[in-house]
Amino acid sequence: MKVGSNLEKILTAGYFAATGELGPPKNADPEVIRRKAEILKGHVDAVNITDNQTAVVRMSSISVGIMLLNMGIEPTIQMTCRDRNRIAIQSDLLGAAAFGIKNLLCLSGDHQRFGNHPMAKNVFDLDSMGLLRMVRDMRDAKKFQCGEEIKGPAPCFFIGAAANPFADPFEFRPYRLAKKVAAGADFVQTQIVFNVPKFREYMQRVGDLGLLDKVYILAGVSPIRTAGAAKYMATQVPGMDVPEEYVRRMEDAVKGIPKEDKAARKAAWEEEGIRICVEIIQRVREIPGVAGVHIMAIEWEEAVPEIVKRAGLLPRPQV
Amino acid sequence: MIVAEQKSLDEIKTMLAPYQKVLIVGCGTCVTVCFAGGEKEVAILASALRMATGLEGNPKQIMEATVQRQCEYEYNEAIADKLKEVDVVLSLACGIGVQTMNEQFPEMLTLPGLNTTFLGQPTEQGVWVERCQACGNCVLATTGGICPIARCSKSLLNGPCGGSQGGKCEIDPDVPCAWQQIYDRMKALGRLEALLEVAEAKDWRTSRDGGPRKIVREDLRLEK
Ligand code: SF4
Ligand code: SF4
Repeated sequence: MKVGSNLEKILTAGYFAATGELGPPKNADPEVIRRKAEILKGHVDAVNITDNQTAVVRMSSISVGIMLLNMGIEPTIQMTCRDRNRIAIQSDLLGAAAFGIKNLLCLSGDHQRFGNHPMAKNVFDLDSMGLLRMVRDMRDAKKFQCGEEIKGPAPCFFIGAAANPFADPFEFRPYRLAKKVAAGADFVQTQIVFNVPKFREYMQRVGDLGLLDKVYILAGVSPIRTAGAAKYMATQVPGMDVPEEYVRRMEDAVKGIPKEDKAARKAAWEEEGIRICVEIIQRVREIPGVAGVHIMAIEWEEAVPEIVKRAGLLPRPQV
Repeated sequence: MIVAEQKSLDEIKTMLAPYQKVLIVGCGTCVTVCFAGGEKEVAILASALRMATGLEGNPKQIMEATVQRQCEYEYNEAIADKLKEVDVVLSLACGIGVQTMNEQFPEMLTLPGLNTTFLGQPTEQGVWVERCQACGNCVLATTGGICPIARCSKSLLNGPCGGSQGGKCEIDPDVPCAWQQIYDRMKALGRLEALLEVAEAKDWRTSRDGGPRKIVREDLRLEK
């Protein structure tokens, strides 16, 4: 045990982990967070708080993390390399650790091209590998990135990384994961899995590299909310792989329901989306090396309790 | 080479509004090769300005000159006399040429007629792409001769990121993923194992981040 966060305890005890995600608001309203967090509470082991995801300005991950701590929910804060250099990142992490935040997901970050400030200057002083190594060295070697000793308590995080098994080149992806593990990743959250056979193949290769004993892999899953969303993810999002089968199932879900009956269509889509998500959880759970699922239902947090319940992941273990 | 693009005629006209006699000075090196500021572009811009200001009823006097290399005093000496006849200079050199002119002829304002865009290469007729950001510590030896600093949208040293798909970068389907290219090249060279090591965080001091850069070669300096 390196850090003793709830997530780390769940994983080291061998339980199948379930984590959630919360997208902070584009304003200064704490109520939104309390409402979303209440929905997730008790249904997941830790809640990720995104760091200005898709490069859109939102309330900061660390501040929302502190609010969650105060509500008795374990946060996993996210940190990208897009907006901060190594000075700012380390400073923010000292603060996060001082508040008692224990899980940290290290990311390169989406390019600002798609966000609400495409005219911004990006940073990318470090990449995700450099960030992982820096955070690991702060914890294990008690050193800042420059090599200077951290006198007094060093920030101590259970360190996460992201992996996208569906991005190209496919054959290099397991090796890139190995690099992240070498750089310091304790756990990994994957891109949303829809193409289970391809994910299985990836996990096989990850296993062949001997990584399964070195890192906990949480498969990313997400309920699709409408047929349009399925189509969009299938065709417009780089690095996403949504098999045709799911697009069709979402389309079929509203067959026979008149277009005017918006409420019925919404209910039918949501039911099918949750059903697909639960199926995928059950299938990835069978894959050797999958230590848990990371459920991403941003702006649809209400789906999470239903998904974990139907997937047989309740009650969450107390460790 | 240094690749540049001409500013819009409107912007140039606005810059020149307070002046009557203008000398447009092109440069015979990079900007000639990228068709932005050579002799020919100087002539075209000069007639466009004559025509535009004539139509507006206030024709400006536009003179033309092109030096071989505007970033060196030696070559700019050739036009020193012409400066006496004008109110302002519009340079069609890169930003370095513009600054050299301002430094060399402090009594005369030299305005930029180009946007200096990047260090790059012509890849086909009429197309130039960025190739180097002058980071000051070249890593091409470890990346198969393809620059991740200039060509990866996030300057990653350990790509490709999760947005790489079908050889394209996540930011635009028209932008190749540099890390896919690096991967392919290293594979073709039989050197993929070099990509398995985690590349250290870059020391940016050699880049612009260390402040304006300067090289002093004692072996080449003249005795003082
Ligand atoms: S590594 Fe640096 S010096 Fe080399 S090509 Fe790229 S930016 Fe230029
Ligand atoms: S897709 Fe490729 S080029 Fe674009 S940011 Fe990612 S690694 Fe860099």
